Amino acid sequence: MPGEIIIQADHIDKFFGTFKALDDVSLTVRQGERVVVCGPSGSGKSTLIRCFNGLENHDAGRLTVEGVELHEGSPKIRELRQNVGMVFQQFNLFPHLTVLENLTIGPMKVRKLSRRAAEETARKYLDRVHIPEQADKKPGQLSGGQQQRVAIARSLCMEPRVMLFDEPTSALDPEMIGEVLDVMVELAQSGMTMVVVTHEMGFARKVADTMVFMEQGRIVETSPPETFFTNPESARARLFLDQILEH
Amino acid sequence: MAPPRPMSFARLMNTRPVAVALYLAIMGVIVWGSYVGAQNMGYNWQWYQVPKYLFTFTEDGFQFGEIMVGLKTSVVLSVSAFVLAVVIGLVVALLRLSGLVVGSAVAVGFLELIRNIPLLVLLYLFYYVLGPIFGLDRWAASILTLAVFHGALVSEIFRAAINAVPQGQWEAAASIGMSRAQAYRWIILPQSVRFMLPPLTGEMVHLIKSSAIVSVIAVAELTTVGRNIISETFMSFEIWFTVAAVYLVVTLILSIGVSRLEKRFATNQ
Repeated sequence: MPGEIIIQADHIDKFFGTFKALDDVSLTVRQGERVVVCGPSGSGKSTLIRCFNGLENHDAGRLTVEGVELHEGSPKIRELRQNVGMVFQQFNLFPHLTVLENLTIGPMKVRKLSRRAAEETARKYLDRVHIPEQADKKPGQLSGGQQQRVAIARSLCMEPRVMLFDEPTSALDPEMIGEVLDVMVELAQSGMTMVVVTHEMGFARKVADTMVFMEQGRIVETSPPETFFTNPESARARLFLDQILEH
Repeated sequence: MAPPRPMSFARLMNTRPVAVALYLAIMGVIVWGSYVGAQNMGYNWQWYQVPKYLFTFTEDGFQFGEIMVGLKTSVVLSVSAFVLAVVIGLVVALLRLSGLVVGSAVAVGFLELIRNIPLLVLLYLFYYVLGPIFGLDRWAASILTLAVFHGALVSEIFRAAINAVPQGQWEAAASIGMSRAQAYRWIILPQSVRFMLPPLTGEMVHLIKSSAIVSVIAVAELTTVGRNIISETFMSFEIWFTVAAVYLVVTLILSIGVSRLEKRFATNQ
């Protein structure tokens, strides 16, 4: 897949105090590529994708997203975030706004679209995540799965070039995971560039172009899913897969 | 069915009729005590004189008395000072939360300075020191003193309310490209309002009460009016009781109004 490079991380490190959360991480994400990042908890997966939109600042190495080099206090970070969507584990919808307002506030306040144009876009994406009928409700009235789909739509309304997912199904009841994953699969099929941190290996098998396995802040293995799931290079990845695929 | 057990003493004390009776008895003792005390010192009660200081009906029609005019001054003073205190409080809170070293140092310095000076001394500073320098009259000095003093307390209320909004809301706002100012305006502050309302009401009540202190520089508000009436009529018991009751009524109305408002905010979430 010889697309244009969207994210280029070269040897980045990240410390929380003395704890090294990212250790010499290098990764390239190209246009249209679907990267799934997995690994045990505390391995730095979330930290890595939070660096990709500047929610965390890396301490060493070079990180370029959409041609913008990120560093602490980078003036272009806000512009960049409009092109990089983020979906959080805890949804983080705005509870004081209706679903529709959650979707329009970014386009209206940040992109300065008219209310009319913003609502049109919002309704289009609510359709895409299959909940057009919930537009006037408050997030608190929706189920977890619906909330996460609203959160995905909220990101899409900014028309991003890449979407980051930080364990999007980990806070959901099991029966709601499917509806969120379905939306993500459809998004992948539409050609969106995606970096997804998840433990959902079925989803990974279905959409991933590249599997990344992390442990203790390092990328241990980067391989295509065929190799990763059948014959992982590293013993650690093999153990991890055995553990999570057993049940 | 088990036979009804004899009621324990504590339970008995908590039943409604007993509680009401006890309450009336205690209040009765207090009122009776003050009355007897006043009788013993030969106090000459003149309650019939009091209503004319509240309002009068003359051939000109209905007119507010001196106490009500004083109350109006107190309310105008308190409301002006409160509005200014909210502005000061918001600025100080945002400075403190700005993450800038200078910003939070200025905010903390202001807070500690104001919190550790007695209100009365602060009033003297504004009126006798800053007054002549900046040409502040007693009215301006009073408003500024109350605003600065309560602004410091309000800033802590704002800070706590802003911090009560989950961190994820900031991240979500940032992730759709909002600036810090936009996140405050559209996401964070609207959500902090419900955390602010109860303590802000408390602060408003507190401010109305502390506004009495400006009587020491002879601003003609409720307390000053009361003192003036007493110096002419010597009805200190009646007038101070009346003034206290007027403060009580105003602050109670305020508290009730805001608790209604709070319920509306709670259901709106």
